[in-house]
Amino acid sequence: MAAEHTDARPDPDVLLQRVQREASAAARGHLKIFFGASAGVGKSYAMLEAARKQATAGIDVVVGYIELHGRAETEALLEGLQILPPQRLQHRGITLAEFDLDAALLRRPALLLVDELAHTNHAGARHAKRWQDVVELLDAGIDVHTTVNVQHVESLNDVVAQITGVRVRETVPDSVFESADEVELIDLPPDDLIGRLHEGKVYLPEKARHAVDAFFRKGNLIALRQLALRATADRVDAAMREYREHHAITGTWAAGERVLVCVGPDALSEQLVRRARRLSNSLHGEWLAVYVETPQLQHLPQAARDRVLRTLKLAESLGAQTDNLSGEHVAEELLNFARQRNVSKIIVGKPMRTRLRDRLRPNLVDALIRSSGDIDVLVVTSEPGAAVAAMPRLPRRNSRRPAYLKGLVAVLLATMLCAALFRVLEPTNLVMIYLLAVVWVAARYGRGPSVLATVTSVALFDFLFVEPYFSFAVSDTQYLLTFVVMLTVGLTISNLTAQGRRRAAVARHRERRMRSLNALSSELARERSRESLVEVLRRHILRAVGGQAAVLFPDATGHLQDADFFCTRGHAPPPGQTWFPVPGNDLGIAQWAYDHQRNAGLGTDTLASADAVYLPLKALQRCIGVLGLRPREPRQLQVPEQMHALDAMVNQAAIAIERVELATTARNAGIEVESERLRNAMLSSISHDFRTPLATIIGAATTLLSDAPAGIDEAHRRTLLQSLLAEAERLHRLSGNLLDLSRFDAGGPRLKREWLAIDELIGAALAQLRDALGQRPLRIDLAPDLPLFPGDETLIGQLLINLIENAIKHTPAGSAIEVAAQADADWLHVAVRDRGPGLPAGDTQRLFEKFRRGRTEDAQSGFGLGLSIARAIVLAHGGQISAQARAGGGAEFAFTLPLHRAEQPGDD
Amino acid sequence: MTEPVAGIVLIEDDPQIRRFLVAALEIHGYAPHEAATAAEGQRQVTMRQPDLVILDLGLPDLAGLDLIKRLREWYTRPILVLSARTQEHDKVAALDCGADDYLTKPFGIEELLARLRAALRHLAGQHPGNAGGRIEAGSLLIDAAARRVLKQGTDVHLTPREYQLLLALASQRGKVLTHRQLLREVWGPAHVESPHYLRIYMRALRAKIEDDPARPRWLLTEIGIGYRFADDD
Repeated sequence: MAAEHTDARPDPDVLLQRVQREASAAARGHLKIFFGASAGVGKSYAMLEAARKQATAGIDVVVGYIELHGRAETEALLEGLQILPPQRLQHRGITLAEFDLDAALLRRPALLLVDELAHTNHAGARHAKRWQDVVELLDAGIDVHTTVNVQHVESLNDVVAQITGVRVRETVPDSVFESADEVELIDLPPDDLIGRLHEGKVYLPEKARHAVDAFFRKGNLIALRQLALRATADRVDAAMREYREHHAITGTWAAGERVLVCVGPDALSEQLVRRARRLSNSLHGEWLAVYVETPQLQHLPQAARDRVLRTLKLAESLGAQTDNLSGEHVAEELLNFARQRNVSKIIVGKPMRTRLRDRLRPNLVDALIRSSGDIDVLVVTSEPGAAVAAMPRLPRRNSRRPAYLKGLVAVLLATMLCAALFRVLEPTNLVMIYLLAVVWVAARYGRGPSVLATVTSVALFDFLFVEPYFSFAVSDTQYLLTFVVMLTVGLTISNLTAQGRRRAAVARHRERRMRSLNALSSELARERSRESLVEVLRRHILRAVGGQAAVLFPDATGHLQDADFFCTRGHAPPPGQTWFPVPGNDLGIAQWAYDHQRNAGLGTDTLASADAVYLPLKALQRCIGVLGLRPREPRQLQVPEQMHALDAMVNQAAIAIERVELATTARNAGIEVESERLRNAMLSSISHDFRTPLATIIGAATTLLSDAPAGIDEAHRRTLLQSLLAEAERLHRLSGNLLDLSRFDAGGPRLKREWLAIDELIGAALAQLRDALGQRPLRIDLAPDLPLFPGDETLIGQLLINLIENAIKHTPAGSAIEVAAQADADWLHVAVRDRGPGLPAGDTQRLFEKFRRGRTEDAQSGFGLGLSIARAIVLAHGGQISAQARAGGGAEFAFTLPLHRAEQPGDD
Repeated sequence: MTEPVAGIVLIEDDPQIRRFLVAALEIHGYAPHEAATAAEGQRQVTMRQPDLVILDLGLPDLAGLDLIKRLREWYTRPILVLSARTQEHDKVAALDCGADDYLTKPFGIEELLARLRAALRHLAGQHPGNAGGRIEAGSLLIDAAARRVLKQGTDVHLTPREYQLLLALASQRGKVLTHRQLLREVWGPAHVESPHYLRIYMRALRAKIEDDPARPRWLLTEIGIGYRFADDD
């Protein structure tokens, strides 16, 4: 029931894909391909004709690039169309004309004509291929019309080559061809085409005339036309299918086919990949290409490895997902992978082995078929005439020689032991001694030495201990069984150990990779700043691939900064030159990678001429920067597995950096709110605390100046003047405090440290406050022999004045104030105590915050800045300040300052 | 006022402060002449040869320090410096350059008058307590001729340096001496950067001389600047 139910419904994944596709299609430009069977069918002509119609309809049409080949009819069509001038590239002294992508992007027409989609760009252009230019134009939302010949479609390339005997190097990936919104077939019957050819209407380069003559045979043209028609028909079919899916016409929801092709280091793999592409295409399914690296293959020569990488790259360009697997058994790994990825068909090449080896060892095909279960296995033969490169033999490793020697020594020892025990033991038991030696050699030194040991053992045993002695003749045929058993046991054990060892090696390799990823993520989790995260990423990347790395971050406008991160931040470059300044040209590549969130530079399809690869740091919300990597071995970037590992590392780091940046943003927002609150508090505080004394001053002064009818008697005059003075002094204190505070806020006070005596400063502070103190009882409690301490004299003086002033301000006149100082091993302790009303309930540290007073709307004014200045001074000196209620009433403000006794100067 | 009328040149660019100072000085029997710029001030000083110069450190046309240096090339009478709070570090430099005393704005007129009196007494050559090599301050008597210090008639035993330090301060009663000036005078020019000597010796000196060393009566600390021997009796 349930199965029926789901059958009727679109697969949600497929639906999601379609929605995403449509969403991106909405913003994307529209691609139309004028498709033909061969050159000369009139594609460019048709394209221009269509463009003229559009232009007359008022659409902004621009000719981006067109190959005229001197055809007058075509040229006539250009009349009245705007043509983009080509860019001139200098290459080895020759000026080459090339389509100007940047100019086109800048011009942004509604419709752009770009001839010859399969064209390979000259060195120095941004992309290697013109179709990449077109993809970028489409991404930018520009409609593009272009032309393609059937032989340029990647997956048809082989077929065309087979038919015509001419292989073209310039190809367009099928994915680009398929993503075209419209394909218009420009069809010309072969006879007409040949006619045009003879009239000279088809452009043919002189030097290729011979090859071209062969190409334009009627038989070829018929076949090519058929291919072109079929390709177009397939597209129409695909469009139909899509329409049906879209409108949920049931019966078309077949499970998506997935084809997996296994590539190897041989030349046939390329054909295999193309076959897989065609098959998956006809099945309308996805496909994957993998390479399974077994321990034996790890020792492949460089050329063969490079070929594997090229093949995988080809598969990728044909639309496959590629992967690198590693394991002992190819079949096992393949099937595991296939099951994980829901693959329905596996394609393998037919093995090219001699019959004997085929008999001796089970081959991949057999192994696959045996355990493939419900997965189809397709065995593909090489196509006739295809070059078969012989698998290069592995170079013999000389380093194994000592192993063989040691194996022989073991056999020799066994022989000596046998000789000693010859009289005691039966010959069959002597065999056991040899067997022991063979087992030991096999376990220890692997197959080769163990085979040698086995053969030598058998020979020696036969020669020395089997009658007739000192002859290889065997009198008793039952010893033949002994020989066979010895040989079998030796080989089996050596095989087993070798396998075990390889498995361990593979496991170690995997474990290493997992460990390094884990190490990266845990290190990233520990760091709190972008700088340190970048450093962690660089360290790990360099550990993985070596070479040099740089990380670029964009400025506020999204432009990557043009100097190396570590240079701009004034960081010393890490030792060993593991960073590099990104050169100006490369900055453009990095910027491209950042803008398009795709890898660019070395080893990629985009701007591959660079000597570094640029990987965007893609985080969850956006791209946050670019990693530039100049690997020691550029080839490493071709290994898909290596690239996946790099991508994984970069992604992890990007997410970690984004996390830190988000946290910073949140914190800054918090700071902003707090400073906004402070600003408001300060404004209201200033307006209150400044206006009150000013009101008194202005009031008193105007009263004194006024012409009172009775005059102002002396007593009143004095009162007015006293309040004038008192309020002016109050203003003075406030402005002084504000000044100090602003000095502290601007990056903290700059300390002028000297050795100070606290007793002296207490005395000086009290002397300054003599008037304010009046007749209050004062108790000064100084420990004898107080040590000097390092500090800024003015600031410490200010600190004492502020604290004593605070005590004066908050206690009734006449109540006692105490100042005490003492020292322990490391700290100076100073306290100012009063017998006032004590402290408000709650966190006493809040008393030291700006614009806070113990009691709101206290009669005593003064911003409450004195205490926050006091705290700033203490903190700047590395001390602590606290406030607490005193037993018996009142408050105590105490601070500590470090003594730095070790540095105490000696006297005279 | 029994004292002769002292001529004072007041160099201050702020007109309000100038107005108030001129009024206050005239009320108290001095003869002030004002100048708003350094150039004008220099001219006035040259012309009038005043008994004392009051100089604001923040002048528009020339740094106060430079003006002090120029005046000190020939002018030997007291120079009193006025400074705003933001120019605190300049005060020490001004004193080291040859200014005699300083006042921080805002100040009360009583404070200004006290400093003026001290400076003019100094000019007259003698503090009333300082006569014939004897310096009297309350119960304290410094007998420079006999190299003795008496407190309430009892000999106070001082080390040579303590004595030198006390004498340096007391012989210029009421005048602020900067750390550098004292160090140079007592320890020699090589020790001007060792102000901790002063702290230690001053503590010892106060313990021997003052009644309450925690709240000294005579040996006063000018925070961040130096020391002064109290002028009042």
